Amino acid sequence: MKLLLDLYLVFFRMGIVCFGGGYALLPIIQREVVDKRGYATAEEINDYFAIGQCTPGVISVNVATFVGYKQKGIAGGIVATLGFITPSILIIAIVAAFISNFADIQAVRHAFSAIRVCVCVLIIEAVLKFRKSSVIDILTAVICIAVFIAASFTDVSPVILVIFAGAAGVIYKKIGGKH
Amino acid sequence: MILLKLFYEFFKIGLFAIGGGAATIPFLSSLSDATGWFTKTDLANMIAISESTPGAIGVNMSSYVGFEVYGIAGCVTATLGLVAPSVIIIIIVAGFLKRFRENSTVKSVFYGLRPASTGLIAAAAFEIVKLSLINIDAFCASGILMELFNIKNIILFIILFAAMRKWKLHPVFYIGAAAIVGIIFKL
Repeated sequence: MKLLLDLYLVFFRMGIVCFGGGYALLPIIQREVVDKRGYATAEEINDYFAIGQCTPGVISVNVATFVGYKQKGIAGGIVATLGFITPSILIIAIVAAFISNFADIQAVRHAFSAIRVCVCVLIIEAVLKFRKSSVIDILTAVICIAVFIAASFTDVSPVILVIFAGAAGVIYKKIGGKH
Repeated sequence: MILLKLFYEFFKIGLFAIGGGAATIPFLSSLSDATGWFTKTDLANMIAISESTPGAIGVNMSSYVGFEVYGIAGCVTATLGLVAPSVIIIIIVAGFLKRFRENSTVKSVFYGLRPASTGLIAAAAFEIVKLSLINIDAFCASGILMELFNIKNIILFIILFAAMRKWKLHPVFYIGAAAIVGIIFKL
């Protein structure tokens, strides 16, 4: 029960501070879930993001469900997700009810322009951390760079990229790589 | 009845929108055509607000649409509908992974998946860098090289990057500090 409550509160807090979409969640999840509580390893979080990219739904919700499930089974998955979406529901309801031109307020625009810059730095930091555990030899380096280029400069769906990468891993290991 | 329909519509979006919050936008656009619950202009406002409030964009969008259609109850219902498929699918996948984690094929799959995930996240970082540090439209319009770079934002970027390297504070501290700097210096 205490763990469930803790899961709810941790993800509630993440729901409040997750600005600028799911990827902004990464550095915060690293801090709160990996470093502080040890609910999952950095490697597992990377796996969850990989799976979250190619399964339906919002990526950050997928990651929340994963972490919750790992700690406390199905109930944990549900509770973590509910914690994560509660702040959105509250904040959006307040904004929708009272502030019709919220996104046009000058101060809000300036604040968010700067927050986006901060999110850039946070995500780059997260990428640098992930690189250590995921890019470990030549093939993984090639996969990482190829996916980056394809995702940035072509319209290929991330789903396809993730499937290809998984297949490349299997083929490489089957042909001659060692475990 | 309308709550049931809201749940059903957002359940469908949650099931078919793969690849994050932005992927829900085309679905919401066709939902607006199909139901008349909100107009395209409303949708544009909702996107702006979802991007400028905390939380995952997809979740914010469903909360907003739900609220406009049926108040607080609609807000909760639409969002639960959106996340229900995720929760079900991820619980199945996570259960599968728990059993087959040590399987060598599963290990090889992840060996390939991890760098791909890192690459995708790097691509997301690149998108935001383009959006906030570089000003391609202004550059194309004027042809002046100085206008290509958003100087104020780049200075903030460098300061934040150096600060994060030096002091390992909680990310929220940097987000808050950036917001204040943004308001003071009108970024």
